[in-house]
Amino acid sequence: MTTSADTAWDPSKPILEIDHLSISFFTRLREIPAVMDFSCKVMAGEAMGLVGESGCGKSTVALAVMRDLGKNGRIVGGTIKFKGRDLTHMGEEELRHIRGSEIAMIYQEPMASLNPAMKIGAQLAEVPMIHQGMSRADAWALARQIVADVRLPDPDRIINAYPHQLSGGQQQRIVIAMALMSKPALLILDEPTTALDVTVEAGIVDLVKDLGKKYGTSMLFISHNLGLVMDVCNRICVMYSGEAVETGAVTEVFEEMRHPYTQALFRSIPLPGADKNARPLISIPGNFPLPHERPKGCNFGPRCDYFQSGRCDAGEIPMFPVPNSDRHETRCAKWQEIDWLAEPAKRAVKQKAPIGKVVLKMEDLKKYYSVSSGAFGGGLKKVVKANETLSFEAREGETLAIVGESGCGKSTFAKVLMGLETATSGSILLFDENVQSTPIQQRNTDTVSSVQMVFQNPFDTLNPSMTVGRQIIRALEIFKHGSSDEDRNRRMLELLDLVKLPRAFADRMPRQLSGGQKQRVGIARAFAGGAKVVVADEPVSALDVSVQAAVTDLLMDIQRENRTTLLFISHDLSIVRYLSDRVMVMYLGHVVEMGTTDQVFQPPYHPYTEALLSAVPIADTKVIRKRIVLEGDIPSAMNPPPGCPFQTRCRWKSQVPGGLCDREMPPVQVLEGGHNIKCHLSTEILQTMEPVIKMAAE
Amino acid sequence: MEDLLSWGQILGRMGSQFLPVWVALVVTYSLSITFKRRLGLYGKLFDSVVGMIGFGIVMFWVFTALLANMVITHDPLAQLSGLKNAVPGTLVPNPGDGIYPYYLLGGDHLARDVFSRMVMGARSVLSIAPAATAFAFMVGVTLGLPAGYFGGKFDTVLSFIANLVLAFPVILLFYLLVTPEIRVTGIPVYLAAVLFIFPILFFSILFNARYFTNPPRRNLYVGIVLVIGFWAYSGLAFNMDPLGVWSMEPNLLNVFVSVVFVNSPTVFRIVRGIVMDLKARDYVAAGQTRGEGPWYIMLWEILPNARGPLIVDFCLRIGYTTILLGTLGFFGLGVSPDSPDWGSTIDDGRKLLNLVPHPAVVPALALMSLVLGLNLLADGLREESLKD
Amino acid sequence: MLMFVVRRLGLMILTALALTFIVFFLTNLRPNLEKLARTEGSVRMSEEAVDQWIIQNGHGGSVFVRYGEWMGLMPGWVLTDEKGTVRGRCITATNTPETAPRYCGVLQGDWGFSTFFKKPVLDSLGEKLAATGWLMLAVMLVMVPASLLIGVLSGMREGSRTDRALSTFSIASTATPEYVSGVILVALLASPVVGLSPLLASWGWIEGKTLFLGTATSAIDDITFWNFTLPVMTIALYGIGYIARMTRASMTEVMTAQYIRTARLKGVSFGAVVVKHALRNALIAPFTVIMLQFPWLLNGVVIVETLFNYKGFGWTLVQAAGNNDINLLLGCSVVAVFVVLVTQLISDVGYVFLNPRIRLS
Repeated sequence: MTTSADTAWDPSKPILEIDHLSISFFTRLREIPAVMDFSCKVMAGEAMGLVGESGCGKSTVALAVMRDLGKNGRIVGGTIKFKGRDLTHMGEEELRHIRGSEIAMIYQEPMASLNPAMKIGAQLAEVPMIHQGMSRADAWALARQIVADVRLPDPDRIINAYPHQLSGGQQQRIVIAMALMSKPALLILDEPTTALDVTVEAGIVDLVKDLGKKYGTSMLFISHNLGLVMDVCNRICVMYSGEAVETGAVTEVFEEMRHPYTQALFRSIPLPGADKNARPLISIPGNFPLPHERPKGCNFGPRCDYFQSGRCDAGEIPMFPVPNSDRHETRCAKWQEIDWLAEPAKRAVKQKAPIGKVVLKMEDLKKYYSVSSGAFGGGLKKVVKANETLSFEAREGETLAIVGESGCGKSTFAKVLMGLETATSGSILLFDENVQSTPIQQRNTDTVSSVQMVFQNPFDTLNPSMTVGRQIIRALEIFKHGSSDEDRNRRMLELLDLVKLPRAFADRMPRQLSGGQKQRVGIARAFAGGAKVVVADEPVSALDVSVQAAVTDLLMDIQRENRTTLLFISHDLSIVRYLSDRVMVMYLGHVVEMGTTDQVFQPPYHPYTEALLSAVPIADTKVIRKRIVLEGDIPSAMNPPPGCPFQTRCRWKSQVPGGLCDREMPPVQVLEGGHNIKCHLSTEILQTMEPVIKMAAE
Repeated sequence: MEDLLSWGQILGRMGSQFLPVWVALVVTYSLSITFKRRLGLYGKLFDSVVGMIGFGIVMFWVFTALLANMVITHDPLAQLSGLKNAVPGTLVPNPGDGIYPYYLLGGDHLARDVFSRMVMGARSVLSIAPAATAFAFMVGVTLGLPAGYFGGKFDTVLSFIANLVLAFPVILLFYLLVTPEIRVTGIPVYLAAVLFIFPILFFSILFNARYFTNPPRRNLYVGIVLVIGFWAYSGLAFNMDPLGVWSMEPNLLNVFVSVVFVNSPTVFRIVRGIVMDLKARDYVAAGQTRGEGPWYIMLWEILPNARGPLIVDFCLRIGYTTILLGTLGFFGLGVSPDSPDWGSTIDDGRKLLNLVPHPAVVPALALMSLVLGLNLLADGLREESLKD
Repeated sequence: MLMFVVRRLGLMILTALALTFIVFFLTNLRPNLEKLARTEGSVRMSEEAVDQWIIQNGHGGSVFVRYGEWMGLMPGWVLTDEKGTVRGRCITATNTPETAPRYCGVLQGDWGFSTFFKKPVLDSLGEKLAATGWLMLAVMLVMVPASLLIGVLSGMREGSRTDRALSTFSIASTATPEYVSGVILVALLASPVVGLSPLLASWGWIEGKTLFLGTATSAIDDITFWNFTLPVMTIALYGIGYIARMTRASMTEVMTAQYIRTARLKGVSFGAVVVKHALRNALIAPFTVIMLQFPWLLNGVVIVETLFNYKGFGWTLVQAAGNNDINLLLGCSVVAVFVVLVTQLISDVGYVFLNPRIRLS
């Protein structure tokens, strides 16, 4: 095994061949198997997607390929062959020659992946200087060229910049450039876009695809997002609890899945056509097994609809090849008996809740902050216009979705509504009471308890040093519920029932709960005082796909029963389409479009909504999506562009005569059926817009 | 009987003098290790070798301080003729009945037993250092919480004052604050009046924030705090306890107040930093959106989650306070002339250090081992609390 | 950036004024003045005579006015005593009430007269500071490289045997204040009866009775390895542990950062990862710590100069405080405050300079 093997390598053989790989982490107490019996092959020019929920071992596989498992991780079995050479037994020095030159990796957090104290150029140039022994000047020239290749503007400025001077999207492009510096044969991407906004993500995904083609690089693409994998990859490997459960060509796996987990996964994500009442999502029952509590036999067994005891839990289940397919394999003992086309049995159709009177009305709400510029305090005060002329109403029993990316002002809006901040101007009418300038301390208990919030991050929403029961009881105490401790205790247990958690959880500490369970406690706490209006700030975005459906459904059920008004803040248009009655799209503090869900998801669109819709990956092979990739990043709210806030990235700008977009804030156009669009485009042009998403003719 | 014990004999005899301490240590360890899974962070300490060693050293000195009367061999103030600067293991000439026949670690320049003074020194150090640190924490926490939580002018002013105190070289401050002259002016009493009010403030707010929804219980808890608090306060700060239970000598008060004063700004800064980090958490926002008052959020939502770093710092700070007390003793500030505390014994011993090192080296090693134990304990706690 | 410097300087001046005022207030308390009156005048002065003396020497009146006079922000006091002679703060043997300047305070370079040294404060402080300067320099030369090296070596592979050994050393050294390490070092290396010296002397390896000198008095005139090592090591030891621990913490944090993994996975060798990628980021925090060590180094200096009888700044401070020499103590405080504030400024500027994230925003 010498480096001359590079040249001798036959391109028809796999670039990467992982064979029966097992990886364990060793702690003081026990050995924790992270990956068991994992096999996969990546051919030249192929993009392999590795999909699964958090904790399934997909990142561990990537790190094992890089042989960077840390102190506690060890490969306990199997081989990883790269171009025919076994990586598992390679020495440090040999590995070093492969890392960065033949296999490169791109990570989730672009900011953290770049050295804050080194110039971009130096970080890029380092790669060819180490691997090809290139001179400094040549390496910098190459760096400049690659920076231009990843479509960054003004490469000369960028290579002399420090990472913190770039935006998140630009940083990720730099990380990609760094990976491409020595034209590697294999690129590993570990959730490369998870930390980015959807419209920025779309640009990165396009770039990765193009560069893959241009350089002929093979890819191992790790993601939890099935839609994204469909966009980027031609092959897929679905992982569950440390094992590959199904692998094959993307179209085959998506259309003719042969493993119950893959099927359940697809049934739990909101695809176009799902509807909260007629075709609700089906969540996967139960929880992901902890690594040291995995069941015997099939790991998915306890959560599987087709489980047959004595067979599924008898012993190790191998991968079965599916005949007449392109290397399609499944780890299911019963795959030949299951009727894969049958409709799910337990889809419960639900009644649509009637929508009642207006409970919340905002008019011309404005919220400005003044912040000091510069890191040292003092200096000039700047005004951040977080919310600009916000007007809408929400009715009893209705779900109003507020959609937007980072910096759009949706969180500020929530704070003002909750009373954590007071409005700069405009009015908020809550149950016929003006609350825009009443901070929360001055609101009466009824008002406070009837407007509550569900937070985004499940790991942050509960106080880590208080029991679950105590946290709910505290909410009851504050809302003056019940006359005695026994009363409140009883009510707390009822609330746990309401969110479908066992009563025994009352005495648990939050760290003993899974993410979805914590989020349920957060919901129970929000409904402790019989909330009438609930603001849900991305309540499921941090949860795994299979858990998302369950939490969303729970929220919907409670809403139906209590006729709650739900303000659902999200950036995920799939889930918004699934559950909301009306949608409000925000960009840089402005409401750019508002209407019923059907109105917003059908043309005419606001140009931003159009781009947003196109950017969201959809895991459905039958959906045809128009690609609209926005240029650049979201401008900072501190320094918004003049005129229309969206003009810097708008592809329709040329259709507006006289440079109006640069100068004037567009008016709100009211279209048919109360559909609002804040845009200069004439009604005629708006009418010519085509739908972004079409179902392919079957 | 021989005139001089060998080092082996000295160590053996010292070991048997410490017998009550060994017994206490064995009991503590066997109980703790048996129940370590049920004891939270304290129990986890016994998973870490470093932590166990540190805890062992600290508890050794704690038990020595508590059981000092059983451990000492002589009255720490008694001067036996002929034993001036006696080397370790010297036989006491003509010991009377019940008088221990040896000066195990020799005699000092006034012919007192170095061993017994070292043991009593532990008592004098450990009766001040933890208490002073606790007071400094009360002050630092009570001020640091609102400074970090609200920010603004309040924070600016307090941070300025904290930095002011921290910019002072500690020794200069001690030379200015711990003098007989300053005791005449009553400044230590005023300082005490300000600093000692903080624990009362802290606990009253603590219980009020938690139980204001249930007035009878709130009144009970806050009432207990106020009664006990002001009773102790009147005695400690003004020496006017009507029952005479709480009192503090003027020069002890002076030392105590100065040490609290020097330590609290650092605690303030630590607490402020942690609060600024934790206040962005969603559970804080959840508290705010259900209309909790700021003090509930600070004391019940934020503070419990800051306990890890605070406990670690508490251990380190007791060590630092021990060093400060030693410094004070070393410069002869605020201590009575024949106090057995380690700092002043080192100071006494250093004059003849070249020729008779043991009177200075013994307390020096004692002080070092205590501080080392506290540092190791803090290290173990930090390691274990991060593993959670 | 300019605003930042101006604000920083403003804050510094405010801090300096506040600190000097506190010192002035605490040194000029009534009991201190009475004590001064009795030492300068006579021990058996009556209460009235003491009052009289205090007023006659310009120590009466509001403390703010006296502070202003001392600082040189207000005109010095002028009084006519019962004998009719005009006395004043600025009136000395060399000038008359007419020719005397109106202002004569710290800002004008008049730091008063030291009753202990029997000469002007500024003169006596100058030479003492020079002596301490050498001590500090030697301490820095030993402490900074040693501690950074220890910190980086132990932080670069967390949990390794090197790390454990060096960390234990650091902890032990932070647990040993100067008055402890000084005593132990002297007993071990500079005592003719115990420790190493008797052994070495009996083997005939050293000429004198002890290996090192137990005092540094002679170092005032002539610094040698034998008289300076112990004081320098005593101060440095305590600091080494502290800075090394800071460096280690910073280094371990940096070594687990994502960008270090990036560097490693692009094929950079371990040595280059440490030197090129980790070191600069890891040294930002310890730099501040080292600079902020100065006020605390002053403590070490006071203890060590007392312990080793080295007549420098720290020794002067102790003498000034012990002998109620108010002007000298004030002078020492001004110097200490100045040193502290300047190092804080350097630390701020250096932090900004080292950290591009702040420098370029």
